[in-house]
Amino acid sequence: MKTTILVSAAAVALAACATYSPPSDQETMAVIKSSFRDRGQAKVDRLNQTELQKVCTETGNNPPKDVRERLEKAALAGVRYPADGKWLGDYKLGERIAQTGVGMQWSDQAGAAAGGNCYACHELSKAEISYGNIGPSLNNYGKLRGYSDDIKKYTWAKIWNTHSFNACSSMPRFGDAGILTEDQIRHVMALLLDPQSPVNK
Amino acid sequence: MLNRRPLCHLRAALLALAGAFACVPAAVAQGDDKTLQEIERYRQALLEGNPAELVAMRGEELWKTPRGPAKASLEKCDLGLGPGVVKGAYAQLPRYFADADQVMDFEARLVHCMVTLQGFDRAAAVKSPFSGAGQRQTEIEAITAFVVEQSRGMPIAVPQSHPKERDAFERGKRLFYMRSGPYDFACSTCHGVDNQRIRLQDLPNFERVPPAQRAFSTWPAYRVSQGALRTMQWRLNDCFRQQRWPEPVFISQGTIDLITFLGVKAAGGKMDSPAIKR
Repeated sequence: MKTTILVSAAAVALAACATYSPPSDQETMAVIKSSFRDRGQAKVDRLNQTELQKVCTETGNNPPKDVRERLEKAALAGVRYPADGKWLGDYKLGERIAQTGVGMQWSDQAGAAAGGNCYACHELSKAEISYGNIGPSLNNYGKLRGYSDDIKKYTWAKIWNTHSFNACSSMPRFGDAGILTEDQIRHVMALLLDPQSPVNK
Repeated sequence: MLNRRPLCHLRAALLALAGAFACVPAAVAQGDDKTLQEIERYRQALLEGNPAELVAMRGEELWKTPRGPAKASLEKCDLGLGPGVVKGAYAQLPRYFADADQVMDFEARLVHCMVTLQGFDRAAAVKSPFSGAGQRQTEIEAITAFVVEQSRGMPIAVPQSHPKERDAFERGKRLFYMRSGPYDFACSTCHGVDNQRIRLQDLPNFERVPPAQRAFSTWPAYRVSQGALRTMQWRLNDCFRQQRWPEPVFISQGTIDLITFLGVKAAGGKMDSPAIKR
């Protein structure tokens, strides 16, 4: 008798909870995908998430340790270093790339050179006071870290694919995603690691 | 997320303090008093005359004038509070409409009324919802300015009683946090952390109530840099462009879902739109 009452009470409680069930993941994704359309170079296939994008989305950018390490290892393994071993280009051109935000938007011309838009998120040269704070300050980047080959290799990998060291970092994969060319990355490298660059003055 | 050094936290706190007083772009809190004064002077000057008022006046006329193949005005349009009730309606949108069996934001509902009451062709009505550079405001923009003005001072109360309204919230939440595209950006990359800026532009964090309220209550807005009134649908469109995503379809379910999510997050904020922004 007692059990019956308990069971039916539980059933009522369950029924009350079960009156609303959120849309399934499949339904949600179908609605999202049907809500966008191709425009210029920005096609709807950009809504197909990579494994890393999916993991970072589903874990609130905080995946379990083993998953994080696996993703970081895979990202690092994919980094393409400069074939001629030349790390640094022209910091003046690097500054220009750091100031420019165009690239891969539907409003941009497909195939035209993109910018790195570094100042959108980082402080670099002290002369530029209009900088964002989504990423850490990079002012005195080389001065603080030194100009060794190890630092250059690390910085190249960080720019090429930031997920090499932080699986769910917010920064774009400038080399891996084909946003900047190898030459452009050299110029940005110089902005950070040439002792004469305004970043290190 | 990128790691921050403790110094950045201190700076963020100082910036938040500065923002609380004057809502000025945060970097000027670094001691450049003259820049701060100039920006404040600029803001005051903007407040003295908001061109959105002119847009709203034209919108009111469009709302009340018999138009379209049916030669009907929009005065019988039901925005959720009953046919013809405009006062306070925008503050309670998006919501579920039984006649369309769908959750609609204001712009979707406006198109619905233009089609069902005035007899306009739907495809033509949604073809160019946003005015281009130097062009006259579209009819949708003008009417939106008029209707949102009628909610000024009203608390944001996006309903969540119908299951489809809750579905819209859940899908909108999913979309907000979804990382995708060549830059791996989600809405939350910029709008899920306190006191973030792109350059000098403050980015509202929709995970916290006060910034969510400030942002939601001030759209639509007159954008001085564009010389035009911009609607919430436009705001999402231009965010997704910079996110390197494909283009959101105007008044598509996904955009309505996202606006529902943002609106629920901003519950209780007082509408203050059309606002004026840089």
